[in-house]
Amino acid sequence: MEKTLEFKEWFIKNFSEFERNLNGEKTPGVHKLRKDALTKFKELSFPTLKDEDWKYTNISPLFKYNFSLDSSGKEISSEVISRFLFDEMEHSLIVFINGRFSKQHTKLLNLPEGVIVGSIADAIKEKNPIVEKHLGRYADHSNQIFTALSTAYTRDGAFVYVPEGKVVDEPVHIIFLTSADEQIITQPRNLFVADKNSQVTIIEHYVTDDEKIYFTNSVTEVVAEENAIVNHIKLQEESKAAFHIARTEIDQERNSNFSSLLFSTGAAIARNDINSRFNDEGSEATLNGLFIIEDEQLFDVHTLIDHAKPNCNSHEHYKGILDDKSRGVFNGKVLVRQDAQKTNAFQQNNNLLLSNNALVNTKPQLEIFADDVKCSHGATIGQLDDEAKFYLKTRGIGEEAARSILLHAFASDVLKFIKIKQVRDYLEEIISKRFN
Amino acid sequence: MLLEVKNLHASIEGNEILKGINLNVNPGEVHAIMGPNGSGKSTLAQVLAGREEYEVTEGEVIYEGKNLLELSPEDRAREGIFLAFQYPVEIPGVSNVNLLKTAVNEIRKYHGEEELDAFEFLTLIKEKMKIVELDESFLKRAVNEGFSGGEKKRNEIFQMAVLDPKLAILDETDSGLDIDALKIVANGVNKLKSKDKAIILVTHYQRLLNYIVPDFVHVLYNGRIVKSGGKELALELEEKGYDWIKAPSNSPKGGEKKVVTSN
Ligand SMILES: Nc1ncnc2c1ncn2[C@@H]1O[C@H](COP(=O)(O)OP(=O)(O)OP(=O)(O)O)[C@@H](O)[C@H]1O
Ligand SMILES: [Mg+2]
Repeated sequence: MEKTLEFKEWFIKNFSEFERNLNGEKTPGVHKLRKDALTKFKELSFPTLKDEDWKYTNISPLFKYNFSLDSSGKEISSEVISRFLFDEMEHSLIVFINGRFSKQHTKLLNLPEGVIVGSIADAIKEKNPIVEKHLGRYADHSNQIFTALSTAYTRDGAFVYVPEGKVVDEPVHIIFLTSADEQIITQPRNLFVADKNSQVTIIEHYVTDDEKIYFTNSVTEVVAEENAIVNHIKLQEESKAAFHIARTEIDQERNSNFSSLLFSTGAAIARNDINSRFNDEGSEATLNGLFIIEDEQLFDVHTLIDHAKPNCNSHEHYKGILDDKSRGVFNGKVLVRQDAQKTNAFQQNNNLLLSNNALVNTKPQLEIFADDVKCSHGATIGQLDDEAKFYLKTRGIGEEAARSILLHAFASDVLKFIKIKQVRDYLEEIISKRFN
Repeated sequence: MLLEVKNLHASIEGNEILKGINLNVNPGEVHAIMGPNGSGKSTLAQVLAGREEYEVTEGEVIYEGKNLLELSPEDRAREGIFLAFQYPVEIPGVSNVNLLKTAVNEIRKYHGEEELDAFEFLTLIKEKMKIVELDESFLKRAVNEGFSGGEKKRNEIFQMAVLDPKLAILDETDSGLDIDALKIVANGVNKLKSKDKAIILVTHYQRLLNYIVPDFVHVLYNGRIVKSGGKELALELEEKGYDWIKAPSNSPKGGEKKVVTSN
C-alpha cells in the first residue's frame, strides 16, 4: 500500500517539472486537460484485486519500481528499427523512441492531400484544431487512474488524420520502441481521426531491443466519422519484464466500420481496455485478438462494446495460447441500450492451455436492455487436441511439427482477419519461432 | 515377412480389448479382417499405428525385422505404415495441402532425402489426386472439416496414395460409400498393390472384396482371430453372419455373449 502511495506521489510531485520542460507544447487547451487529469489522478486510487475490473489482475508488482521519465534522448540505429518492419510492405513509418517522436526514423509515403501522419506533440504545438477538438474527449480520465496519469502527462504519441473522402492505401506503421538503461515510463498518447468516407489502416507496434523492466501506459483514441473505415492492428511485443497498460477508445459514427486486431506476446503484465461506442446507426465493430504467453506472464483484455444505437453489429473473437504458469483474463462486456434494436453482437473467447499450471479467467458480460437483438457468446478452455495430433503423427509428422501445425491452426482463426499478407507473415514467423 | 503380430494383448483404461492376436503378413498380400462391432478391429489397427492410449500388456509386433512397438507413431509412418482411419479426424485451420506437404517432407527428412520443392510437390499431388477424383479446390480446405463421409474416406486414400506406404491398414474405408465412391477407393488401393507391399483391410462387407481380392480373410471376435481362410470365407460370412463361428476351444464359454451380426 505504502509503495503504491509513493508511486503515486512521485507523479504528483514531478508534474510541474514535467510541464516546465515542455516547450511550446503547452497550449492552453491541453494544459487544462493535463491539469484536470492530474486533479483526478490525485483523487483516484490504483486498483486492487477488490476492484471488479481488476479482480484477476494483480497490478501491485508495478509499484515495486520507481519509474522515471526518460530524458536520455538515446540514439537507435536503423538496423534495430528494421527488425520490426514487415518485409516488402509499402507503408508510412513513424517511430517513437522511449515515448518521443523520432524524426530520423520516420519515413512517410506520399500521402493524399490533407492527410496528417506524425507526432501529436507537434500537432499540439501547432494548435491543430482536430487535436483540440478530439484529444481527451473519448478516453474519460475521471474514473480510470491509468488514463488520468497518461492524460496528465500527455506529451507525445502518434497523430493520424484522414480528411473527408480520402483513402490512405498503404498502412501507417507506428513503432514504439523502448530502450533505456533506467527503468522508465513512457505514455504514448495517440489520436486517430478518420473523417467522413475515409479509410485507413494503422498498425500500433510496441517493441523493445532489450528485455528490461519498463512501463508503457498508452492511451489511444480513435474516431471513425460517418462511413469511415478504420483498420487498427496492435502488436504488443514488449519486453517480458515490462508492464503494458493500454486503453483504446473508439468513437463510431453512422455507418462506420472499425476493426481491431490485437496480437500480444510481450510484457510481464499486459492489460488492454478496448472500448467501442456506437453513437449512431449502421456501424460495425470487429475486435479480434490473439495472445501467446508463457512463464509467469499475465495478459488481460477487457472489452466494452456500447450498442447505444440500433442496427449495429459487433463481432469479437479473442484467443489465447498459454504455457507454463501464465495467466489470461478475458472480460467482454456488451451493453445493448434500450433503443438499440436490431443489434447483432457476437463474442467468442477460446483458450489453449499448454501446461497444467496455466490459468484463464474468462467472462462474458451481456447487459441487454433492448428486446429485438441477437447476441451470443461462448468461451472454451482446452488443451491441444490429442486426436488431431495422433492423426498428424500417423502421417509421419513428428511431435514438434504436429504441435506447431495445430498451434498455427488455432491462431489462424484470428490471423486470417489481417488483410495485409506481410503482417500476417510477420506474425506467423513469431509463432513459428515460438513453437519450433 | 513384413509384419508379424505375436500373441498381442492390449487394454484401454484397464479393459483388455485384444486378447492374443496372431497375424502374419507377407509382402504382396492382402488380408481382410472382418468381425462384429466391438470385436477389436479398430483397436488392432490403432495399436499398430501407435496410439498411446492403448497399453500393450503382452506379445510383440515385428515389422521388417524391427520391434514396432518401440517406435513412435510418426516413425512407424516414416517406416511405411499407413492407417486409414475409420473416423478420420477433422482438423480446422490445417489445410489438406499443408498436412501433406509437411508429411511428405518429414518422411523424406527421416530418410535423409531432400525436401521436395513446390513444383515437385505439386506434380506429385496432382498425379495422386486423379486417382481419387478429388477437385483441386479440395487441397485448400481444412483437413476433413465439413467433409461428407465419402469425402473423408477418399481423403484417406488420397493421403495413402501420396505417402505410398509399404503396409496400408484400412479401417472400414468402405463403410458408408456408394458404389461409385467404393470403386474409386478400391481403385486407389489396387494402384498401391505391389509385390513388396501389403494391405490389411478391415471391413464388414464382402462388397469391397469384389474389387480388392484378399489373399486371406480373418475373423476377429472378442479380441482374438477365431477363424482364418481364403476369400470364400468372406462370402460365407456375408451369407451366414458371425453366429456360426464358434470361438476356438481356448476361448470363453460359447453362448456367453450374443454376437451381433452386422450388415
Ligand atoms: N476408450 C475406451 N475405453 C473403454 N473401452 C473402449 C474404449 N475404446 C474402445 N473400447 C471398447 O473396445 C472394444 C473394441 O472396440 P473397437 O473400436 O476396436 O471395435 P471394432 O471391431 O472396430 O468395432 P466396429 O466394427 O464397430 O468399428 C469395444 O467394446 C469398445 O467399446
Ligand atoms: Mg472399428
